Amino acid sequence: MAVSQNKLVQWIDHRLPVFTFLDHELNEYPTPKNLNYWWNFGSLAGVMLTIMIVTGIFLAMQYDPNVNDAFQSVERIMREVNYGWLIRYIHMNGASFFFIVVYIHLFRGLYYGSYKAPRELLWMLGVVIILLMMMTAFMGYVLPWGQMSFWGATVITNLFGAIPGIGKDIVTWLWGGFAIGNPTLNRFYALHYLLPFVILGVVGLHMVALHQHGSNNPLGIDRKGPQDSVPFHPYYTYKDMLGLSVFLIVFAAFVFYFPNVLGDPQNYIPANPLQTPPEIVPEWYLLPFYAILRAIPNKLLGVCALFASILILFIVPWLDTSKVRSAYFRPVYKWVFWLLVIDAFALGAVGAHRPEGIWIVVGRLGTIYYFLHFLVLMPLIGWFERPLSLPPSISEAVLKKRGGGALAGAAATRAKP
Amino acid sequence: MADSAHSPTADAHATGGTRRDFLVIAGNALLGVGAAVSLWPLVSSMNPARDVLAAGAPIDVDLSGLQPGQQIIVLWRSRPIFITHRMPAELKKLQEPSDTSLLRDPNSEVLQQPPYAANWHRSIKPDYLVLVGICTHLGCIPEFTPQPGGSLGPAWPGGYFCPCHGSKYDLSGRVFNGVPAPYNLPVPPHHFVNDKTVRIGENPPNTAWEFSSIVQI
Repeated sequence: MAVSQNKLVQWIDHRLPVFTFLDHELNEYPTPKNLNYWWNFGSLAGVMLTIMIVTGIFLAMQYDPNVNDAFQSVERIMREVNYGWLIRYIHMNGASFFFIVVYIHLFRGLYYGSYKAPRELLWMLGVVIILLMMMTAFMGYVLPWGQMSFWGATVITNLFGAIPGIGKDIVTWLWGGFAIGNPTLNRFYALHYLLPFVILGVVGLHMVALHQHGSNNPLGIDRKGPQDSVPFHPYYTYKDMLGLSVFLIVFAAFVFYFPNVLGDPQNYIPANPLQTPPEIVPEWYLLPFYAILRAIPNKLLGVCALFASILILFIVPWLDTSKVRSAYFRPVYKWVFWLLVIDAFALGAVGAHRPEGIWIVVGRLGTIYYFLHFLVLMPLIGWFERPLSLPPSISEAVLKKRGGGALAGAAATRAKP
Repeated sequence: MADSAHSPTADAHATGGTRRDFLVIAGNALLGVGAAVSLWPLVSSMNPARDVLAAGAPIDVDLSGLQPGQQIIVLWRSRPIFITHRMPAELKKLQEPSDTSLLRDPNSEVLQQPPYAANWHRSIKPDYLVLVGICTHLGCIPEFTPQPGGSLGPAWPGGYFCPCHGSKYDLSGRVFNGVPAPYNLPVPPHHFVNDKTVRIGENPPNTAWEFSSIVQI
């Protein structure tokens, strides 16, 4: 079967089957026919990664990674470089939107049980990507060398000082000096350039794992035959493009009208190693984890809780004991899921405020609930919960929802146009 | 899907294309335009930035200390600018047919200079020569070698010698025959603000000439 009538394409494909590969994975790739718009966020994340890498490369052409020049070079990008303001605002807000997209993608996976067999490694690779993203974003935030860059870097690197015995040496090693300084900035720049390409590699593995068994779906049941699938193109290429268009409108609104809303004005003050700003807060996407760090009144345990709150995601496939994937059929877990969403937002709010009064209480309760959700509720609910009965197949469920008319049935079984 | 179920191929035969063909072509065209427009800011960002352009503004050079026979080099737009105070004997030699017959473009016909410097001395005032000191071969800086003879042989009349590939120019920056460089050395826009101050990067009043219009730097 030829992928194209074009002789050159056929010649290449016979020797290097890239066209066959693309045809299999992006064109005819069978996809569950019932995916909803929450399934857009995987491809959106891919688009964001591309946007970040492209704008980042052009920013790197103008940026000076030296403590004496870094701040000025960023201001120069904003004022002197043609469209520098646009490229930087896209990159800056792009980081936030990348996290928005990936967090929605993550919670979608949690709701529909996309981490369950046989997709455990797919899920774990996703967690690796989030970890890499956090490291990349943190180091990128240091590069403008503003007050928040400097003091954020100081606080985050000092986390490693909590490691008993060797902590102090590790922090010195991270810094390459006696404090955050030029060697730190240089290595952060090198790594900030490198890590996105590592992410790209892990995304590749994420795709391989995904295409092995195909997408999960809102019903969480396996596809049983061709009547449960549609080809990826044009059905989901177009669905993804519509979602992308809406997403880009929101993204553009931020880039053009509220470019600094998601950032901290403190970072427009050049780094001063002799003065800590009145409040140190990380970027919004790290606030819940920051809240967990501060909730525990012990340096080592706080740092452990911070790392545990992310690493716990790795073992979610084994913490959830339910045989049913989708929360749609899980009357108890469904509510607990939304409690976790509320908890994440609450912890985010705690992270944004000084640890005083009510915020300390909320932070501690939120942290306890976070770990309770994964370590206690997830295994327990799986045991005692009585899930609703699952539909026999995706196509039957889809047709029943649509009223099951003859016309709908005919449209659903028609071959790809 | 259901609405296009009534034989789209029949429509195609009747009208030369279906509604879907039109939408696909229009959609892809819009996508192409969008991609090109999104790419432009990235491409544009690699052009000289505003501060780089501003640093290319005209500069004033004081010539009161420049004695006959001397040359100074100043930097304008990151390029070396030769300013030479030529001696009467040197000026005389520039006009002798025995020397000009050895030149590739003795009358400065190739646009390597503004119109007000398209003369035998390639400058506004015969005494003062202003050149962009970059060899038109491959971009090296020619050496100021005003003395005749010497290591360049008894026939050397004095001028500029490029150490990279041996290109030779006379004391007006005109290139000799038989060397790799194809054109005369460029003359930048310049004029005299007063007797002893030359402004490089600006044409004399009431003249217009774009430096970017020269054939080669």
